[in-house]
Amino acid sequence: MKLGFSDMEEAFRRECASWLEDQMAGEFADIRGIANLVDKPERRKAWERRLAEHRYSCIGWPIAWGGRDATLNEQVIFAEEYARAGAPNRLNHMGVELLGPTLLALGSSEQKARFLPAIAEGTAIWCQGYSEPGAGSDLAAIRTRARRDGDEWVIEGQKIWTSLAQFADMIFVLARTEDGTRGREGLSFLLVDLDQPGIAIRPIRQINGEAEFNEVFFDGARCPVENMVGAEGEGWTVSTTLLSFERGISTLGQQMQFRNELDAVIAGAKRNGKAADPVFRQRLAEAEIGLRLMRYGALRMLADGKGGALAGAALTYKIQWASWRRALGELAMDVLGQEGEVAPADAEAWPLLTNLYLYSRADTIYGGTNQIQRNLIAERGLGLPREPRGNA
Amino acid sequence: MAFALDEQQEMIAETAAAFFAENATSERTRAAMASGIDRDLWRAYCRELGFGGLMVPEDLGGAGLGHVELAIVAEQAGRTLAAIPLLGHAMATAALLASDDRAAIDAHLPAMVAGDRIVAAGERGGEGLLVPHAAQCDLLLLLGEGGAHLIAARAATIEPMKSLDETRPLARVHASAGDPLPGGAAPCEAARAAGVLCLAAEALGGAQEALDRTVAFAQEREQFGRPVGSFQAYKHRLADRAVEIEQARSAVWWAACALDERHETRALALHAAKSFCADTYLRVAGDMIQLHGGIGFTWEHDAHLFFKRARAIANMLGDGPHHRERVARIMLDEAA
Repeated sequence: MKLGFSDMEEAFRRECASWLEDQMAGEFADIRGIANLVDKPERRKAWERRLAEHRYSCIGWPIAWGGRDATLNEQVIFAEEYARAGAPNRLNHMGVELLGPTLLALGSSEQKARFLPAIAEGTAIWCQGYSEPGAGSDLAAIRTRARRDGDEWVIEGQKIWTSLAQFADMIFVLARTEDGTRGREGLSFLLVDLDQPGIAIRPIRQINGEAEFNEVFFDGARCPVENMVGAEGEGWTVSTTLLSFERGISTLGQQMQFRNELDAVIAGAKRNGKAADPVFRQRLAEAEIGLRLMRYGALRMLADGKGGALAGAALTYKIQWASWRRALGELAMDVLGQEGEVAPADAEAWPLLTNLYLYSRADTIYGGTNQIQRNLIAERGLGLPREPRGNA
Repeated sequence: MAFALDEQQEMIAETAAAFFAENATSERTRAAMASGIDRDLWRAYCRELGFGGLMVPEDLGGAGLGHVELAIVAEQAGRTLAAIPLLGHAMATAALLASDDRAAIDAHLPAMVAGDRIVAAGERGGEGLLVPHAAQCDLLLLLGEGGAHLIAARAATIEPMKSLDETRPLARVHASAGDPLPGGAAPCEAARAAGVLCLAAEALGGAQEALDRTVAFAQEREQFGRPVGSFQAYKHRLADRAVEIEQARSAVWWAACALDERHETRALALHAAKSFCADTYLRVAGDMIQLHGGIGFTWEHDAHLFFKRARAIANMLGDGPHHRERVARIMLDEAA
């Protein structure tokens, strides 16, 4: 068991760090440190392309598909340096981290050839069409339907909480392709172009005033039959494969962002004297400990080699970070006091910590609520009996 | 970097788990509660298992292993509440090796490694000095401002106490400090590090076992016509404890690795591990009683043994607030 990285890995770290610093201090200084997902989308698309030019857009992918075949440790290092440099959240997170690995694992060679290059080059931004108004925690209750019409699937229905749909070019959709099926049966996984008359996108304004989520309406939207990943009716399996990549490398980068947030809380506490208050010192220490344990938990998860297998550290990771960050938001507001409630009258967005306080209320909901996480941990991790299901 | 047990470490974990599961049974632990130590178990641990010299270099007759291996073994000992003097042993071994005092090493280490000399260790604090296993030991290791003192038990006044945790009873110690071990602050620091790690790992093991036993109970016990473990009130509480235990495991491995690699985060890691693991154990052991219902409150059930061990660990070598305050000093860049 080992904590430190090898000399070669540290050399790779310096190489990434120096390139990222050049970019963030230079041409892309205007998007450095953007903490939300919606500011300056055009500049961030340009940034995606810049990453691709230097083969940094998807380093874990095979070389043949535009990656670097980077080892797990190199991916960890890049994710850490990316966040440390203050590079903005990846606009194409869904394409690079989720759909790409899914296509590499389950896509046909024709699908790989058609979709992977544009993701690697940063020219196709993807979003995820899973949740529906009636299918949230109970995701398998999906009602969006796709029916076959010649060489195409025709899609009717509605998705909701679709992050970044307003900037995306493509969406992967979980839809019911078999009439009369319920639950996980009869679902298929489709790749759909967003730029067509059958699709309407309506942003949803959130409690922080911003609109990162959307409703996506499908009214006769179409995609070619060859855009189905996996077999017809096997969409649930494809979607769970995809979600397993969510608990991957990117979590290490996410933690660097958390580090920046905790550092901002510490700076605030030092400024207004609360860093000398024993009660606040205890809470600050708890936050520090929680963040460090997240890092070592993530490293354990990666070293496990099962790449997102739902066991042990991987199974508990979502509730761990989401709960930690929500608590950090509360600590931030307690530290700031009334100053945390205000911003200059002409401010477009809330400052970092106020936004953290608001935004972190979503962390414990999206991607599986804390309640669902507890069910998963208890049922899959601890082997406790399943809750009896209703008949709906 | 691979933050996982390697093959040899996996083997040590399996060996230790099997040894304690077979030998440190509830019956034997309860039988040892009268005298405070299961001496047969300790001798077998030191000699048959050969772990008496776990961290002792090979040229001194030991196995030459590190803190990671200590943590692995302490976790398994804690899992079964084994009534053995592992804590004092680990602390004294670390102190002696750090002192590089050949006379003291030659005088004590071989007998310690063989399981023939029992060491109790404690830290001088505010009020009187309560030391686990002091009434059972041959040798006392006392840590304090003036350094680490190794004192023959017969040279001290030791008053056995009725103790909450009878699997590791406390005694009040009055001893005048002679010369400390040489090596400046090193013996004290090494002993405290080994002790804190040992306690954190024990807490991890105890918490894991308390959770496992409660989960097993929740699967079997039926009320309202279904296993109580199918109710979300049970599931969610047990899930929260499982999340904490995963974090506790990360904390122990981090601290153990950081010590072995002399990593810059080792002080932070030890404070984090002690406070987090002890708190986790307290909560899991408390929930073990609650979720077992009335049976969990009986003397016959083992739940109270975990509950009491958890409390004892929380108070030893600095409590939660103490260690978190140390974390605060480090993170706020204040001088220690």
